[in-house]
Amino acid sequence: MSENNETDDITGVETTGHEWDGIKELNNPLPRSWLWGLYGTIVFSIGYVIAYPALPLINSSTAGLLGWSSRQNVANDIAALEQGRESLGQDLVATDLNKISGNPDLMQFALAGGNSAFKVYCSQCHGAGAAGGGIYPNLVDDDWIWGGTVDDIYLTLKHGIRYEADEDTRYSQMPNFGADGILERDAIKDAAWYVRSISGQEADLEAAERGAIVYQDNCAACHGDSGEGMHDLGAPALNDAIWLYGGSHEEIVAQISKPKQGVMPAWGDRLSEATIRQLSLYVHRLGGGEK
Amino acid sequence: MSDGIAKEPIQLYEARKKIHPKRATGSFRRFKWIVMAITLAIYYITPWLRWDRGEFAPDQAVLIDIANRRFYAFFIEIWPQEFYFVAGMLVMAGIGLFLVTSVVGRAWCGYTCPQTVWTDLFLVVERYFEGDRNARIKLDKDPWSFDKLRKRVLKHTTWLIIAVATGGAWIFYFADAPTLLRDLVTGQAHYVAYATVAVLTTTTYVFGGHMREQVCNYMCPWPRIQAAMLDEDSLVVTYNDWRGEPRTHGTKKAEASGEAHGDCIDCNACVVVCPAGIDIRDGQQMECITCALCIDACDDIMGKIGRPTGLISYSTLNDYNANMALATDPESATLNPDLVRDKDGKFVDAIKHFDWRIFLRPRTLLYFFIWVSLGLALLFALSQRDRMTISIQHDRNPVFVTLKDGSIRNGYNVKILNMIPEKRLIHLSVEGLEGAVMTVSGIEGAPASFATVPVDPDQVRSLRVFVRQSPENIKSGQTPFSFIATDQQSNEVDTYSTVFDAPE
Ligand code: SF4
Ligand code: SF4
Repeated sequence: MSENNETDDITGVETTGHEWDGIKELNNPLPRSWLWGLYGTIVFSIGYVIAYPALPLINSSTAGLLGWSSRQNVANDIAALEQGRESLGQDLVATDLNKISGNPDLMQFALAGGNSAFKVYCSQCHGAGAAGGGIYPNLVDDDWIWGGTVDDIYLTLKHGIRYEADEDTRYSQMPNFGADGILERDAIKDAAWYVRSISGQEADLEAAERGAIVYQDNCAACHGDSGEGMHDLGAPALNDAIWLYGGSHEEIVAQISKPKQGVMPAWGDRLSEATIRQLSLYVHRLGGGEK
Repeated sequence: MSDGIAKEPIQLYEARKKIHPKRATGSFRRFKWIVMAITLAIYYITPWLRWDRGEFAPDQAVLIDIANRRFYAFFIEIWPQEFYFVAGMLVMAGIGLFLVTSVVGRAWCGYTCPQTVWTDLFLVVERYFEGDRNARIKLDKDPWSFDKLRKRVLKHTTWLIIAVATGGAWIFYFADAPTLLRDLVTGQAHYVAYATVAVLTTTTYVFGGHMREQVCNYMCPWPRIQAAMLDEDSLVVTYNDWRGEPRTHGTKKAEASGEAHGDCIDCNACVVVCPAGIDIRDGQQMECITCALCIDACDDIMGKIGRPTGLISYSTLNDYNANMALATDPESATLNPDLVRDKDGKFVDAIKHFDWRIFLRPRTLLYFFIWVSLGLALLFALSQRDRMTISIQHDRNPVFVTLKDGSIRNGYNVKILNMIPEKRLIHLSVEGLEGAVMTVSGIEGAPASFATVPVDPDQVRSLRVFVRQSPENIKSGQTPFSFIATDQQSNEVDTYSTVFDAPE
């Protein structure tokens, strides 16, 4: 306490001796209820330390009598959530895949689950936006190599493509027309011009005319008479604007000579039936799903 | 202390000195009763008012529906993004307080503050069971007896009932009042409801019954802020020393001896009615909530001794100072009321009295102007606000998709907000994108340049919308265009500009 205390004339109260710009602080007593408030907080804090985790130890902290734990709360919440989802998950597996979209609750559950599963299992290859890239097919467009109905997508997810570890995987092998000497180099070039012409791209029309014959003899069996492709064989459509391995003349020639063939792993033994169904519906909804 | 002089040690803490305000009567007291009745009625009755909004919205006139994020006040429904209306009203309340305070001082504190109103209510109860000031002082001193115990129990029980009702009324603003009341009584309400009632019961009981003026003096920030709004022309409750001093117990004797004497007979009537426990004759004080009960008390006394009322009055500091100068004897520098009144006791004309023109000052006019402008702006905004809006989010990954036939497709997340409690059919179309067609998730139909989307009452409908342009129409890079949502029944339209991405 300051020594030069003086008494304020107007109020008759002693000052603390503190002065700011001529304003002096009166030394009025605090209301006693404030003191009680302070004691109250002390009592509260003692109770808190006893009831709740509070004092830090080296690797943990005191547990508190109530046994409260934020970690346990999260675990409980997750367990409760999973329990709530269980019935929806069962419905999802029990309902006909093509009828799920008729049930808004189930569909919402499927899409939300599919969305998060996609981020975890699929986005590494197909991209977070599912637009593919490189040798990985785009899943948001309307072009499907192995079919784009919900059932097709389900099959692809479950058993994979050219995935030898799964007996039921779908498999096809395009011959190495160039590398194995099945076709002459010129014939391959002509066929490539023909393919460009049916997809509406610039082409050497003379060569394309010759290529048409090569195509009918060697390619049409799988890719279709007019290049419409065939889902059962995983033969892509050649008459459209979408080219997984590129649509330039050189790229088409390279693909005919020594085709690249994609492999997709089977998820049937790694993901639950419910998750695969969720993913099928989710991917189908991305923008290109077929009826 | 090191100066060695024996001094009374300074007390660091001080217990509350219990105040026993006496019942006042008079025009201000009557006004306070009326304000109290109105404010309490508003508080307790509002949640029970009904307002028909049709079958898709609650029928409670005033409701803060936190779970569904809606605020209803009669014909107004506010969505969270329109919270600026609430903010604007709070700003208006603030400016309104500035205006009122600069005109008539702490009128908020003295008449309408819940702390004042509930303290007054608790005092009514106290007086009913324990009698007026003197009886209460005596009761405090009396030893415990059955009668004292009975009075105390009755008083505290009644206080607690009021406190429970106060806390209980509060939660009705947040849920359907009749349903909540039933749940509360049958024990089915959420524990948060009970906890809120318990907390508010405690604060009401403690603040209204036990802390009273301590809340104003030590806890509340308003008095400090309001003090800054006062100026020399604000009306504040003032003891007019210039006609009251020197105070005397014996007017007759003073008159006979010819001594200077003021109108104050030192009867203490103004002090005993004061809920803040102060003596207004000591001048303006922090504790004074300007409840004007001392004016009523003193006017009563003045009437009885045949002097004009207004010894204590609402006066401005300017008037007070001018009158003080007139009543001060220049030689002795002491007050002599005879300087300002004639032989009959009438005040001379030079004395300044209340003049309503004091209300019109640049400061008050400015506050009023700001307050009114804000109010008009809010009203205008309210009348112009959209009850149907759309918002669009363009897909960023992938920005566009090439389809088999070479056309380009962009994806958008579209939200349609139907902000009225009625179902609507929204006509959604694109404009500014040649030959564009769209498909909308959940809406049947072939791709077209528009879609008709039903939106549920008072709901947001989220849609995935694919917009597609065929190869011959595609412009490379970004093309700006708009989504237009129209309610063809009400003709409300909302437009949202976005872009269509195509390969460079
Ligand atoms: S001094 Fe007068 S106006 Fe101020 S609080 Fe007391 S009674 Fe009310
Ligand atoms: S009530 Fe009036 S006359 Fe009585 S003490 Fe107060 S100021 Fe003086």
